[in-house]
Amino acid sequence: MPTFPLPLIQLFGQGGAYLIYLAIGIAFGAVLEVSGFANSPKLAAQFYFKDMTVIKVMFGAIVVAMLLILLASGLGLLDYNLVWVNPTYMWPGIVGGLIMGIGFILGGFCPGTSLVAAATLKIDGMFFVLGAFFGIFMFGETVSLFDDFWYSSYMGRFTLQDLFQVDAGVVALVVVIMALFVFWGSEQLERIFGQKDLKIEPRWRYGAAGIIVLVGIILVVIGQPTTEDKWARMQTERETQLADRLVQIDPGELFDLMRNDRLKVVMLDVRSEADFNRFHILDARHILPADVPAALTDFHMEQENTVFVVMSNDEVAATEVWKLLVAESIPNSYILGGGVNAWLDKFSSDDFKAQYALATNIQPVGDQLHYNFPESLGARYPVSAPDPGLFHELEYESKVVLEIKRGPTGGGCG
Amino acid sequence: MATYNPAQSQAAEGPKAALSRRTTRPYVNPYVGAILLGIVLFLSFFITGNGLGASGGMNRIIVYFEDLVAPTHIDRTPYLLEMAGGDKNALDSWVVFVGIGVIVGGAISGWANGRLKFVTDRGPNIPVRLRWVMAFVGGAFMGYGARMARGCTSGQALSGGATLSVGSWVFMIAVFAGAYALAYFVRKLWN
Repeated sequence: MPTFPLPLIQLFGQGGAYLIYLAIGIAFGAVLEVSGFANSPKLAAQFYFKDMTVIKVMFGAIVVAMLLILLASGLGLLDYNLVWVNPTYMWPGIVGGLIMGIGFILGGFCPGTSLVAAATLKIDGMFFVLGAFFGIFMFGETVSLFDDFWYSSYMGRFTLQDLFQVDAGVVALVVVIMALFVFWGSEQLERIFGQKDLKIEPRWRYGAAGIIVLVGIILVVIGQPTTEDKWARMQTERETQLADRLVQIDPGELFDLMRNDRLKVVMLDVRSEADFNRFHILDARHILPADVPAALTDFHMEQENTVFVVMSNDEVAATEVWKLLVAESIPNSYILGGGVNAWLDKFSSDDFKAQYALATNIQPVGDQLHYNFPESLGARYPVSAPDPGLFHELEYESKVVLEIKRGPTGGGCG
Repeated sequence: MATYNPAQSQAAEGPKAALSRRTTRPYVNPYVGAILLGIVLFLSFFITGNGLGASGGMNRIIVYFEDLVAPTHIDRTPYLLEMAGGDKNALDSWVVFVGIGVIVGGAISGWANGRLKFVTDRGPNIPVRLRWVMAFVGGAFMGYGARMARGCTSGQALSGGATLSVGSWVFMIAVFAGAYALAYFVRKLWN
């Protein structure tokens, strides 16, 4: 399993984690300062084509970070699933962006650069910071007037490689080529509008351009790890867990988890729709194994105290889906041990068994129900939601251990 | 290095109180800045899984003070409730610490490079007071827009750009489109 991002809180505690963020912020502020981002006329000159520092630094930084992220992910060092990708809310993003563009050209900064400007005692920076505080305050006070808009056009974690249905490496290479074109264009504009002598530009930038193209090509060649690759990396460790039955929880444990107010239990019933309609546990979510990959981003967005329990009639199908979940680093994933059959065995009354259970000698093998339901009553059998009064102090070996979540749930500029 | 002319923009200014006697050094080449910023951004994602942010931290500072003054108002506004409802401390978030770091890092770098001085940077044809007003007004637009877009240039454009988020790329185009569209009409502010 990739080591990065680090489980900061587990390693260093909350305070230590915040110190790391502080250090990152210090580096960020210093880099903005040395690039000249505290200087409003220099930033504004971007919009009169005289000094294209803003686009060069921003686009260049995006390219460098993108290449390093994809390279680290491609080499199996970084888990891209745990990297925060800003969720797309298309229209609020566009309208907010246009408003920010107005603020940029009027005020000469963006929020981050204004903090640096104020920190270097620039008075216009301080006024901008005050204005930004005012604008932020006004947004908090007015957002309830247009809530519907603010939450509209939500597309979740939606990347360019999803949009164009190509490998991330291909997107990266195209972005690199676009960036080189933008850099070239920027220099030409600076020459024309800024009367800048391009001969004083450093010669090494050609070498740097070659390197980023090369890394882009490498990314296309090595590709990003598939679910199979990820599983292969953790196979030995995970197969041992399966063999030692460390992840197959007893129906009794599931029953107690469901009633634990401090946890959220997501039950994934991966059987056929027919079986699901015949009988399922109350609140179980029906999802076919083929549909699980598409649901992974939602699973990653679940809150920290979520436990995923996969179930099939016995364990075979559920185990396959569980492998997919752990390979894609969904935290706290478990299998219902013995499957729905074991649940029915444990919680159904003797009358129920007499009525519906197949005799032991004719029970089908493979991932099949050991019960025969003439009607499809779904979750309307008493055993779908057993009476806690009848089943307390169940005996089982407890296996669920909550992992502290790595990577962000609510990241971004939140 | 840059075409922008410091003599032109930092026009004869009021009191220039330099707080360090270091000589003012020039800014680094933009491509050097890009590489350094890219590495910082990558390290942030690599170590923490989070990108960079600025307006989010400022947001939480505002909400923190709002919570001191009017806690019931916070508890009745869903957007604010998420950050500071009930016992929650609005400052208890990674992005606040990144924001504080930005201020500290900017100040250290400004001091080390001899750029720590009280000054109002402005175009050659705009009075100081008008520059201050425009900075405040621009800041207000920026702050409002950044929260609507769920992130500013750092939290959306840089972070989302590097992780290839569709929304962040569209957002970035919108910011530049907005600024370029208005630039001609306010050219007196900067030229």
